[in-house]
Amino acid sequence: MVIDRANALCGAIFIAFGAYFGLNSLGMELGTPFRMGPGFFPLFLAGILIVLGLVIAIQAIRVEGDPIGSFPLRGMAFILPAPVIFALTLKGLGFVPSIFLTTLFASFASTRMRVPTALALAVVMTLFTTIVFVYGLNLPFRLFGPWLGQR
Amino acid sequence: MLYDNLSLGFATASTLANLGFCFIGVLLGTLIGVLPGIGPTATIAMLLPITFQIGDPTSALIMLAGIYYGAQYGGSTTAILINLPGESSSAVTAIDGYQMARKGRAGAALATAAIGSFIAGTVSTFLVALLAPPLTGIALQFGAAEYFSLMILGLISSIALASGSIVKALAMVVLGLLLGLVGTDIYSGTPRFNLGIREYSDGLNFVAVAVGVFGIAEILRNLEDEHERSVAVKKVSSLWPTREDWRRMAAPILRGTFLGSALGVLPGGGAILAAFASYTVEKRVSKNPGEFGKGAIEGVAGPESANNAGAQTSFIPLLTLGIPANPVMALMIGAMIIQGIVPGPNVATEQPALFWGIIASMWIGNVMLVVLNLPLVGLWVKLLTVPYYVLFPIIVGFCSIGIYSVNSNIFDLYSVAFFGFVGYVLVKLRCEPAPLLLGFVLGPLLEENLRRAMILSRGDFSTFVTRPISATLLILTVAVLVVVLLPSVRKKREEVFVDDE
Repeated sequence: MVIDRANALCGAIFIAFGAYFGLNSLGMELGTPFRMGPGFFPLFLAGILIVLGLVIAIQAIRVEGDPIGSFPLRGMAFILPAPVIFALTLKGLGFVPSIFLTTLFASFASTRMRVPTALALAVVMTLFTTIVFVYGLNLPFRLFGPWLGQR
Repeated sequence: MLYDNLSLGFATASTLANLGFCFIGVLLGTLIGVLPGIGPTATIAMLLPITFQIGDPTSALIMLAGIYYGAQYGGSTTAILINLPGESSSAVTAIDGYQMARKGRAGAALATAAIGSFIAGTVSTFLVALLAPPLTGIALQFGAAEYFSLMILGLISSIALASGSIVKALAMVVLGLLLGLVGTDIYSGTPRFNLGIREYSDGLNFVAVAVGVFGIAEILRNLEDEHERSVAVKKVSSLWPTREDWRRMAAPILRGTFLGSALGVLPGGGAILAAFASYTVEKRVSKNPGEFGKGAIEGVAGPESANNAGAQTSFIPLLTLGIPANPVMALMIGAMIIQGIVPGPNVATEQPALFWGIIASMWIGNVMLVVLNLPLVGLWVKLLTVPYYVLFPIIVGFCSIGIYSVNSNIFDLYSVAFFGFVGYVLVKLRCEPAPLLLGFVLGPLLEENLRRAMILSRGDFSTFVTRPISATLLILTVAVLVVVLLPSVRKKREEVFVDDE
């Protein structure tokens, strides 16, 4: 039996999302068609999503498709956490160190990046964004935060 | 009437401040459109937060619109010079444009694209001005049932125009609708699907979703295989097309303009379809179709005009109905909502300066693009040599700042990471992100109108088919679905989108 792994996974993802929304909707008031409760429309949509997920999964059994291909693990390991780093450090460290760390971290997603280039890039980026966003656009950022002893 | 409206529009758009914002928008758009790896949707999603800092909604939207067609222009420049279309609608331009560039005619190809886009932009701006008021009049008679049916039509059409599997596109729409419902139920105040996190009770930030699904996912895709980009042309000379070129491009530009204007109104990315359709038409009417794919100027002129015209007329459903025709328009809706404007037919009557100002600024923006792009081509070529690994840390940094600054909500940054991951995985599994974003924006509106329509009809579902406008819209929806599912159309559709990959 041939299984198109891309479609099988795809179907599973949709079914999982459908199940999450569906189960949550069931926990809410459904109401009547006249006065729909918060759970009515999402439950309906979740049902459709599960059915579509099943269709995709069933199609996966019949045809063999292209392979999924490799995932850029290094890229994912450095790109995806970057906004999270910004989120975690912004309040504590302040804008300047936070954006510096975020850019520096994201730089290493590419195998071509060398440490000096990454440092230089992060410095330039920090200077530029500080000037544009903090001084130019007056966004309410603190330059340095409480973790660094600033109040 | 039209004259009064247009003169109000031009008066609004040509104030020094608005000219400035239009210019910045067009420049930024071109700049980012030229930089490889990020298309217009990601560009606008990233720059959206910056426009929130502009107090006046008219200026903000003028700048956003400028970014949009600036990015379109930039995209065709990369398509011609390095065979790397910045977005799917300039994929067609790349076919013959890049061949022209390799033959040393890059200048002529770029000029043709610019001239074609300009003419198309002029004609279609006029069409928007002409068609928007009557459509607004119709839209004002819409009730909840009509809006619901209209949105269903829009969503289904977006599936028809998406590439790849229809079932997957449909699933993406439904997933988008569900994600759009995250937050708080407006009728009962019940929190929904927010994982118990209070910060998500206003719903997921759509900038975060858009940047994640389009921006971050695109960066990851570019990191899959990093290779050197080769710029075919280091120096662009002789921009001015020859007399022969002018003669050959005239008819394709006109045909492309009308094709694009008509298809652009369709929901779901008409600009892409327009470009493909125009290429097919030009190839068919050409006396020597064998030249296509080897550097035919018609293959640049037609599709470029079509996609620009389509980009312009896709503002019609946005401005008149408040319904986005493509993901970029979905972002514009988000921008309007954040600026405190309720998109829909009332915009034209309540905010005529904004409405007509945007329309007039489209034309002004197009003039700026011609003036800006042709002389600056040398600079754009230089930009193409910026290595990608330097670009994406900058993009990630800007995205992080931008998303946070929308609502000053730390949790929006977690959403970006999550949707970047989910978006990338789904793209890897051959699902299109555009229908998801459309669904996301329309989700709350769809539910609200459904519930309102049901309350008005006292729980009777037949209200959608007994009201004539609503019934017509639903019949159209069914027709679109049937046509898409017809075996012959399915086959044709696959052929069209093969080049898109």
